[in-house]
Amino acid sequence: MQDRPTVTKSELIENLSRKQPHLAYKDVELAVKTLLEEMSNALSGGQRIEIRGFGSFSLHYRPPRVGRNPKTGESVALPGKYVPHFKPGKQLRECVNESEAS
Amino acid sequence: MTLTKAEMAECLFDELGLNKREAKELVELFFDEIREALAEGEDVKLSGFGNFTLREKSQRPGRNPKTGEEIPISARRVVTFRPGQKLKSRVEAYAGAEQ
Repeated sequence: MQDRPTVTKSELIENLSRKQPHLAYKDVELAVKTLLEEMSNALSGGQRIEIRGFGSFSLHYRPPRVGRNPKTGESVALPGKYVPHFKPGKQLRECVNESEAS
Repeated sequence: MTLTKAEMAECLFDELGLNKREAKELVELFFDEIREALAEGEDVKLSGFGNFTLREKSQRPGRNPKTGEEIPISARRVVTFRPGQKLKSRVEAYAGAEQ
């Protein structure tokens, strides 16, 4: 694992706020939190998210399986479940890969 | 049903009272900002939602599925998304509702 520079939610809010000086910082902060909440709500309600040029989020089904408690070796029946999945869009794939070449 | 940028802007308009133009612009910028960070080689960590991380893939053999011809898939950098614990458990709960 290499250490990459990281942008956190609060840094993202700061960057957006700098680019939208006519909006109050608090509003940008609330907007970002509202958007993420909206996206989480959509996925947890079984809805897809499609953002052109960025990518799409959907749910993938994981069938039931028998797992094992690693401590005791005991078998446990694990029910089927859904997991969030992200598929990057064409534009995102291209601009991320181009940056690597340069 | 699918959530798109239009609905997300609508939500900012309804819940935050931004005007429609501001709401649309902010949604647009939100995704631009994430994309730009990734394009500049930065990971993006959105606590409670998930992390977008970059991975380097080395060259591997591939095949043209139509012709069967072998062509190497070049080394590339890709984005992966790892959902956060909070999102994972919320989505898992959906399985129960469906079965």
